[in-house]
Amino acid sequence: MNAMTVIRLVFVWFALMGLLVTTVGASFFLRGPASMAASTGIAFIKAALIYWFFMHLSEERGLPRLMAVGAVTWLAILIGLSFTDYATRGFGW
Amino acid sequence: MTNALDAPDPHNAGISETRAERESYLRAGHTLRSWLLTTDHKRIAILYLISVTLFFFIGGAAAALIRADLVTPGGDLLTNEGYNRAFTIHGVIMVWFFLIPSIPTTFGNFLLPLMIGARDVAFPRLNLLSWYIFVIGGLITVYALIAGGVDTGWTFYTPLSSFFANGHVVLVAVAVFIAGFSSILTGLNFIVTVHKLRAPGMTWRHLPLFVWSHYATSLILVLATPVLAITLALIAAERLFGLGIFDPALGGDPLLFQHLFWFYSHPAVYIMVLPAMGVVSELVAASARKPVFGYAFVAGSSIAIAIIGFLVWGHHMFVAGQSMYASTVFSFLSLVVAVPSAIKVYNWTATLHKGRIALDPPFFFAASFIGLFVIGGLTGLALAMLAIDVHVHDTYFVVAHFHYIMVGGTVSAYFGALHYWWPKMIGRKYPLVWGRLSAAAIFFGFNLTFFPQFILGYLGMPRRYHVYDPPFQVLHVLSSAGASILAVAYLMPAFYLFYSLRYGDPAGRNPWGVTGLEWTVPSPPPKHNFMETPIVTELPYDYHVEREGEQ
Repeated sequence: MNAMTVIRLVFVWFALMGLLVTTVGASFFLRGPASMAASTGIAFIKAALIYWFFMHLSEERGLPRLMAVGAVTWLAILIGLSFTDYATRGFGW
Repeated sequence: MTNALDAPDPHNAGISETRAERESYLRAGHTLRSWLLTTDHKRIAILYLISVTLFFFIGGAAAALIRADLVTPGGDLLTNEGYNRAFTIHGVIMVWFFLIPSIPTTFGNFLLPLMIGARDVAFPRLNLLSWYIFVIGGLITVYALIAGGVDTGWTFYTPLSSFFANGHVVLVAVAVFIAGFSSILTGLNFIVTVHKLRAPGMTWRHLPLFVWSHYATSLILVLATPVLAITLALIAAERLFGLGIFDPALGGDPLLFQHLFWFYSHPAVYIMVLPAMGVVSELVAASARKPVFGYAFVAGSSIAIAIIGFLVWGHHMFVAGQSMYASTVFSFLSLVVAVPSAIKVYNWTATLHKGRIALDPPFFFAASFIGLFVIGGLTGLALAMLAIDVHVHDTYFVVAHFHYIMVGGTVSAYFGALHYWWPKMIGRKYPLVWGRLSAAAIFFGFNLTFFPQFILGYLGMPRRYHVYDPPFQVLHVLSSAGASILAVAYLMPAFYLFYSLRYGDPAGRNPWGVTGLEWTVPSPPPKHNFMETPIVTELPYDYHVEREGEQ
């Protein structure tokens, strides 16, 4: 592992810590759906950073990237189809 | 003292170093250590074969208790609690420790490298680790059984599992959690093996359909199993620490459990049946001595089932309080998943059409699979209809439906695979007449056990009750009588296959006279499968088909 790689990983780590502080801070100032949206958005950015740098996706191409996208897609299926229930439970005819 | 044959082969240095290894994987070491520390995919397959057979008999013993108890309407054999524990342990053992691992870990492990021209799977040590993880999960489950068992049903529905159940819920959840990692490792291993270790010329178009179906299964194993692990961990967190995840009093939602559980457990049905479909594709082509009709569609339908199978889980929750709009979406998607399944059935039938069908045991089991899977699948379509499901939900109709898929389908294919590849695995033939007899007995016993349950369910007999209205008794007695026949029929192969181990005639490389790389190596195969890497030039199932005028 060369010096540049280490420096880059340290920067990413600081970015993750910064995002963590932002999440905690947002929970004091935001309420309800806005809080949820902020937390989810920040979590998404953190996951993307981990995927891209710590899990070496930036160095891969083709199939490994497709597999990574597949995992996220399946998570979207789980959450998306579950919300067809939660979003429409209160609806009447 | 060594001779020339014991010396390392200069062309394969570091591969099979001794003559025994070059002769047979079974001769490459006779100590217990040589088995328990092996990284040979074929030996690991045998370890799995022994383990899953053991769990099959434990789960079967629980089934015997259930059917004996249901002979009388008063529930005279077991207490209410005892009955709950019997059907729970039957479900837990059969689903996670037999049906899910059965075909992939035994025949998948044994055959995948052989079929693609590889010397082993991509990660042989991980393969052995997956067996140890599986055994640890199984032993914890058996311990929980001895310590008193669980009464939640194999589905662990909340709030029963998280607050009210008295049994060893957390222990069994931990066991299933652990076994899940074994599934994930096997799935990962198969995916990488198929991508990276195919022999020269073994393109995706050349892959046997058994490999296609195992690839599809592996995708499900890797994508779905982590969700089960998370769900079981959440139950433990709620039960142990009182976190409000599924309990409405603490702001949770009981249906969330069912969403998460079935996101894994419905695809798990396809984990059970896709490998079985791969087996049947092989058996049908071998029996008819014909190329599989519509190869690309049969291969593609495996992938389609793997994907669409993830979109249907809500059909388990039609009457559980799920929004009717969501139920409509899930009902539609459940009907869609029938299309690729039907493609397979039609193409198997078309493959058999005008084939020179060999009436050997593998064909009997394949034909059983097709017939029983069609009944199981079509009743599944009925259950996917919103209105019909209201009438038959949580009745014996559902029990019969999923047993037609899981037992009639998957277990028939498992026995079909055992009878087809046994001569390859062991190097000995077994008496074919006994194979035909046991296939026929399994088919008859199965139908006598489970067909009356469709009628029972339609008439209103709920599942998971052991005290019932006396008019239902005739059908229950018929079902229990069928289960007795089924038990004997399942035991029959144990006798003649063991007999063949010692007294069977040598099988030779290709006892069935069929195509496929696994049949080009000796039976049993040498430790590293191929002395030279094969080069694939022919398409799979490359049988000569006589055309009109050639007869």
